Amino acid sequence: MGSAAAQAVDDDLYREIILDHYRRPRHHGRVDPADSTVHGHNPLCGDEVDVSLRVRGGRVEAIGFEGQGCSISLASASMMTEQVAGLPVDAVRGVLDRFKQMIVDGVDAGRLEDLGDLEALQGVRRYASRVKCAVLPWNALERGLDQAGADEEPSP
Amino acid sequence: MTAAVIDPARLRRDFPILTERVNGHPLVYLDSAATSQKPEAVLDAVLDYYRSANANVHRGVHALAERATDIFEGARLRVAGFVGADPRGVVFVRNTTEGLNLVARAFAEPRWGPGDRIVVTEMEHHSNFVPWQMLCDRRGCELAVAPLGEDGRLDQVQLERLLAPPTRLLAVSHVSNVLGTVTDIAGLSRMAHREGVFVCVDGAQAVPRVPVDVAGLGADFYAFSGHKMLGPTGIGVLWGRPELLEAMPPFLGGGSMIEVVTPERTTWNEIPHKFEAGTPDIAGAAGLTAAVAYLEAVGMPQVQAHEAMLTHYAYEVVGDAGDVTVYGPPAADRSGVLSFNLQGVHPHDVGTILDRHGVAVRAGHHCCQPLMRRLGVAATVRASFALYNTVEEVDALGQALGDVRRVFGA
Repeated sequence: MGSAAAQAVDDDLYREIILDHYRRPRHHGRVDPADSTVHGHNPLCGDEVDVSLRVRGGRVEAIGFEGQGCSISLASASMMTEQVAGLPVDAVRGVLDRFKQMIVDGVDAGRLEDLGDLEALQGVRRYASRVKCAVLPWNALERGLDQAGADEEPSP
Repeated sequence: MTAAVIDPARLRRDFPILTERVNGHPLVYLDSAATSQKPEAVLDAVLDYYRSANANVHRGVHALAERATDIFEGARLRVAGFVGADPRGVVFVRNTTEGLNLVARAFAEPRWGPGDRIVVTEMEHHSNFVPWQMLCDRRGCELAVAPLGEDGRLDQVQLERLLAPPTRLLAVSHVSNVLGTVTDIAGLSRMAHREGVFVCVDGAQAVPRVPVDVAGLGADFYAFSGHKMLGPTGIGVLWGRPELLEAMPPFLGGGSMIEVVTPERTTWNEIPHKFEAGTPDIAGAAGLTAAVAYLEAVGMPQVQAHEAMLTHYAYEVVGDAGDVTVYGPPAADRSGVLSFNLQGVHPHDVGTILDRHGVAVRAGHHCCQPLMRRLGVAATVRASFALYNTVEEVDALGQALGDVRRVFGA
């Protein structure tokens, strides 16, 4: 068991930025008023997340999350909200699509543009049992955009 | 009588998988409550059956058919002897879950409806919770949940109150898969029977860990799984009092379970065959016989003592730290299972980091969501022990937990 110190360097999963989002989540809380609030639940582990959002003028004007779960699911939620807040809805869908390509399909983050800090979650894909944790808030976001009717033409 | 003490270093040589390396470390398997590892003798028994005896059972007059039937029925006798049962009451099923569903469907469903009550306990595995909830939904019975006290044991006062009319059946686990609590089934059965209440026991965690004598326990049904007691997956046992099994309708219909079939009407085979429709898991039965033989050779009192020693030690190594919460009763009253949480770190993160050190534990709700709610947590880390675990492996768990604290700055 002597290699604990050796593993401390360059942790492929628990990157410092992930732990930082876990300890100090961004956009934590519920958006009010919200166009949609979606509850995501992973029955395998009991992780839960609520993603609420408000769309104005074709943009995600506000987004927030609450939940309980492991560092990967909560950091993923925090980084997600930071990444997509203020973006046009079609750009949010683009980020969502690229994030899933990286995590689920194993596409190298270097080949996907605009992922920013989210690249730090790339290591998750080597931990098959943890992929669902990382994707949980993103699935909630996807359903939230659908429910908010966010893709319709913005009203004047 | 002095009991021999288990020498796990010697027993480990019988379990080929224990020489595996995981993430660059020797495997430290502390997840036997999920499924146990299998000794070579069990693996050989399964393979030998297919190599030299494979045929269908209870059909045909050729030599292999007789060999296969002898193996299958021999397993029934062996298992019956192991748990102190009349072999006529030993029904082979897939696993504990199927056994409990059989009781719900074939025993409870025709008997009870509106105005009747089924009692489950707060520590039940979903396998001894959901079938009763489903039954109550179908039949309009009331479902009541017997609470645990602060000490992780059933609250006897509340339980006694709940056993009053109109309660018909109590579903209870012998050993909790989360807390390791050993419940006094003999005492509970006496209390329940005084009220005319039937008792259906989930013995999945008990049969591999403590000596079990179903006749002495006095329950009405007792289910357990082969794969948690060194045997293969796919075979389990439901023991039921023969007179109850006699009176029950079949669970599944098909081959083997019949006596005479005509277009007008079918009559049933005698017990236990009435409940064994279709070709059973014969290879699994062969493996289960070998598993029982292994446990008998080691001795269940010795297994129990060894696991108690490891659990005590784990309590010291893991539980004494200020940032650890251990769930359940004190070490003296529990069997082979230690559930805990490390402050500020989710169980899944603990599990992932332990795995990097080759330490396999379970992290999650352990199929016990009602109990998790009672404990006020979403999940726990669970280390569980078997006869092949060593104190050095508990030390490895303790050291790996140190790495979890380092990563999370906890």
